[in-house]
Amino acid sequence: MAMPQMSPRSSARMQMWCLTPATVWLGLFAFLPLGVVITISLTERGSPITWAFTLRSYARLADPLLLTIVARSLWTACATTALCLVIGYPLAYFIVQRRPPLRTWLYFLTLVPLWTNSLVLTYAWMVLLRVDGVVDQAARWLGWLGTHDSLNWLYTPGAVIAGLVYWYLPFMVYPIYGSLEKYDWRLFEAAQDLGATRVVAFFKVLLPLTWPGVLAGGLLVFIPALGNFVVPQFLGGAKAALIGNVIQERFLSQPQDWPLGSALALVMLVLISLAIWAYFRFAHEGDAVG
Amino acid sequence: MAKRSQAQVTYVRRGILDGLIAPLLALNALLAYTFLYLPIAVLVLFSFSSSRYASIWGGFSLEWYAKLFRNPDISQALLNSLLIAAATALIATVLGTLAAVGLERFAERRRAAQYDAALTLPILMPDIVQGISLLLLFVLVFNGVERALDWRPTLGRTTVIIAHATFAISYVAVVVRARLSGMDKRLEEAAMDLGANEWQVFQRITLPLIWPGVLSGGLLAFTLSLDEFVITFFTSGPGATTLPIQVWSMVKRGVTPEINALSTLMLVASIALVTLSVMLQRRR
Repeated sequence: MAMPQMSPRSSARMQMWCLTPATVWLGLFAFLPLGVVITISLTERGSPITWAFTLRSYARLADPLLLTIVARSLWTACATTALCLVIGYPLAYFIVQRRPPLRTWLYFLTLVPLWTNSLVLTYAWMVLLRVDGVVDQAARWLGWLGTHDSLNWLYTPGAVIAGLVYWYLPFMVYPIYGSLEKYDWRLFEAAQDLGATRVVAFFKVLLPLTWPGVLAGGLLVFIPALGNFVVPQFLGGAKAALIGNVIQERFLSQPQDWPLGSALALVMLVLISLAIWAYFRFAHEGDAVG
Repeated sequence: MAKRSQAQVTYVRRGILDGLIAPLLALNALLAYTFLYLPIAVLVLFSFSSSRYASIWGGFSLEWYAKLFRNPDISQALLNSLLIAAATALIATVLGTLAAVGLERFAERRRAAQYDAALTLPILMPDIVQGISLLLLFVLVFNGVERALDWRPTLGRTTVIIAHATFAISYVAVVVRARLSGMDKRLEEAAMDLGANEWQVFQRITLPLIWPGVLSGGLLAFTLSLDEFVITFFTSGPGATTLPIQVWSMVKRGVTPEINALSTLMLVASIALVTLSVMLQRRR
């Protein structure tokens, strides 16, 4: 008897019934809105939508103040990604080398902040860093600081990066842990047997083979870090605004400027697309090496 | 790493830095876990302090929790959050599960790959862009409705539910697909062979087998919706304040121990939900 198979026609009908609802939903609420953003970015500034088409919003992006903010956002997102990698890779490596019950627990412990409300996480840093906060009190108790002095760490660029690293570290650990877990450790030992020191074996054998995990982690941190406006708002103060803050203000605070906000959002999407393009390029190069 | 015998060890060349690696790794792990947990611990600790200042210890007290429970804004926000999360979970679970089954069982390869890319868009897209793009869409639709019916809808719970369901569908689809791909296809084929039609197979074979995946997908959608802030910020109106929006506006007014208490409760709720979800996923 032939293998039981659905007729092609009924299979096509099932495909339609199963996929149509989600397709329609995502078309209406994920893709159509993107088209709206592009359209609005091309309209004239006015309360809040004026139907006259112009490229002026894009010309206004050349404002030195805005360019500074875009550059600062890029730098902040890159620094966050780099720090997450420097802390996250050795952490994932440490966890992978433990024995199972401890390993599972340590891994779970790195993920808990991922499931914690991110506003709560950021607020916790305000409690730590603010004037007379926990860090100030600890420094005074240790005698590093006078009774009425403050380290004034809140509302600095460093506080923003700390808050972002805190928020996104699990996103870096997760894929790196995944690739280390799948890694064939005999290769690492073989390299050592052939005379490589552990440091050399790490850079020549382990790192190249876990590179896809590193790149995936980098992408998962860089993309959301670039658009984050909560951390700079809570921990950065007025002088540390990032792209996300400008977009949020242009949409929700007076004076509203939806075309400029939309254009900025599209600039952010272009930067992110570049990052994704780089990811696929380098991930495939990694395949060729491995 | 496997233990080496003494004889092998002699062949391994030791670098100058090699002896430092293990202690440095342990130190990094210690610092990383301190970094991850110290802020949370401090936050929780000061929610039990009687002091008016969120970072000064004034003796044990539950007064901030009591104050929280008497605050009508908080209970309204909690109610909004739960309603929105439940509706989001319902919509996302139905649409996401259907999409997963369609992709895994009925779509041709090329079609499935294109669809996959479309499904990952809401996961990869920064939340702020999703937020403003939906805000713009809603405002345009509202303008149209106002012109046609002389009545203007407003941003509220419905718009937030639509926004949350949009990103949650993708997450549910990912979870359910993982379950489906680990499932034995021959069970469905056997049912087919015995004369069941596609809907009967879906109802009686596929759905019961993927049910734990569907439940944990739904729970994930619920949790994501409860925690979501940025998209909600752009798509909610004055009457649809959720808990994260409430936290945002309280923090903007100043750091208070009441926020610590609220944060602690949200923390406990998230951990409980995640534990439940992990347990569901492990069930075979």
